[in-house]
Amino acid sequence: MKKTASLALLLLAAMVQARADDSVAPPHSPAGAPGSNTVKLCDNKTTVQISKDAPKTHAEGQKISDALMAQWQAKNPDKDWVKEEVEAHQVVTPEDNSKLVGTGQSSTYGAVSQQDVQVWNNETYKMAVYGSTVFHSGDELGSDIAVSCDMCHPRAANTHPETYPKFQPQLGRVALLRDMINWCIEHPVRGKVLAPDDPKMRALEAYILAQRKGVPLDYGKR
Amino acid sequence: MNDGKIPHIKSVETRHLEEREALFRGLHNLDRRAFLKISTGAAAAAVAAGVNYPFHSFLPISVAYADDRPGFNFAYISDSHLYVKAKNERFIRQLLRAVDDVNALDPQPDFVLYGGDLAQLGRKEELDVGAQVLKSLKAPVHMMAGEHDWFYDMGHRWNELFGPETYSFDHKGVHFVVLMSVQEKDFWTARGMSPAERMHTVAGLDNAVQSAFEVGAAQREWLRKDLEKVSKSTPLIVFSHSPLYKLYRPWNFWTDDAEDVQALLQPFDHVTVLHGHTHQVLTNRIGHIQFHGMLSTAWPWPYAPQGLPALTVQMNRPNPFDVSDGLGDGSATVHPDGLVDKLYSLWNRNPMQVKASYLSSGGKSDIPVPPTLSSY
Repeated sequence: MKKTASLALLLLAAMVQARADDSVAPPHSPAGAPGSNTVKLCDNKTTVQISKDAPKTHAEGQKISDALMAQWQAKNPDKDWVKEEVEAHQVVTPEDNSKLVGTGQSSTYGAVSQQDVQVWNNETYKMAVYGSTVFHSGDELGSDIAVSCDMCHPRAANTHPETYPKFQPQLGRVALLRDMINWCIEHPVRGKVLAPDDPKMRALEAYILAQRKGVPLDYGKR
Repeated sequence: MNDGKIPHIKSVETRHLEEREALFRGLHNLDRRAFLKISTGAAAAAVAAGVNYPFHSFLPISVAYADDRPGFNFAYISDSHLYVKAKNERFIRQLLRAVDDVNALDPQPDFVLYGGDLAQLGRKEELDVGAQVLKSLKAPVHMMAGEHDWFYDMGHRWNELFGPETYSFDHKGVHFVVLMSVQEKDFWTARGMSPAERMHTVAGLDNAVQSAFEVGAAQREWLRKDLEKVSKSTPLIVFSHSPLYKLYRPWNFWTDDAEDVQALLQPFDHVTVLHGHTHQVLTNRIGHIQFHGMLSTAWPWPYAPQGLPALTVQMNRPNPFDVSDGLGDGSATVHPDGLVDKLYSLWNRNPMQVKASYLSSGGKSDIPVPPTLSSY
């Protein structure tokens, strides 16, 4: 992932540099010091100054890219939340799918690139990881007694999402996983019930299902 | 029925619970004839009422008492995880319930073991309110520390309230040892964590940033010296917060130097270890050493997905619709030979007893009733 980001930045940096070489500053770019060019990050704020004489090599480009990225990360310290969350709480990774790359019948839909696979993987995993942060925090669910899901379900153990839907006499109807999540939020956690399409509910479902990857569906099971 | 008074009608559930309660309370001090009278009475009443439950689980009679041999009982309460008062409503109510349970035991146990994790986040206020509640216990209390008591101020307030965390004592011919088995190697300094962050990390059961629990070299040396003066035929009962064996590392159901500690205990003829932390019925035997878990008063844990000892008969999976299901307190009957019958007094359920004879026979006799709904 880091490599992709660096490459993209490098490309950007090279483009900006090329324009700077033509003495055409990008719009809204602050004026650089004499004898230097200004390279701007895609957030349209972060900049670095580089010497006009700097050699136009891959290594120099990488330096510019790293300098911009370092600044951006310093300004956005919480943007490493995925890494931090995963370090503390193991989240099962989604299906890899990379065996699909470059195979198939060459239809538009069937043509899968490495980038497709990476995007699918990153986005899917990120949702499960966000679910993990909600799952491990009583505050995220508005618990007034500081109880979080992981207290009874470490790593989502004993949540058995594969057994829903099933009839729950205590609820008087057939429950889906989200009904049980909401029951737990309301009672043991004592927080605020979530709407079915609430981003937190969707993320909790993603995390709980992720942790049971590979378990056969068995709806109705007690 | 026609004298104008409304007959006092009790529901099937109430009668069932009352009968069970009477039997359960009387168990500790029965001779055989009284036992038979009560247990057959309860069974007959249950059959008459059409209650369908495995009433052979009503038979946790302690042989020591039936045979009029000397022996004794101690009770336990564990893992209450109290927050500061404003957030305490449920957990404090549950600890109070356990204190009432133990105070209602007749005869009273010789002492009460508190199994650790009195506090949730190691704060002074949490420990103080816990100490205040435990003061109402009638029997003397022996305290053990858990990781939730410790990692905010590294045991400072706990030591002020309850004294040293590692100690031993002798009672009726049995040598008791209390260990602080949840030491952790320093993971916080390099990460620049505040005391609150350190405590919060340890408080997450599935948090992988923390280190593994261990008794540690210094304490093992203390244990070696403490046991030097004890004869190998003296029964030994050890209390540790984490299980003194390796069950499942991702949840720290684990003591990293367990083998070293076990090596110090194995030379003794009869050794029993009681541990907290796992919040469930948990049974194991390694060589001479018999291990029993303790119930929590705060919340139950699921069984670990791997590493469960073969001798463990699981308790039923807790009912999510009953917030105090799978919780409770309990007691242990110590036989004259020093072996222990362990009673899990589950709230709102039949009690489960795991006898020393079950463990000594390698699981062949006195097998506890298996669960209907096991853990996922």
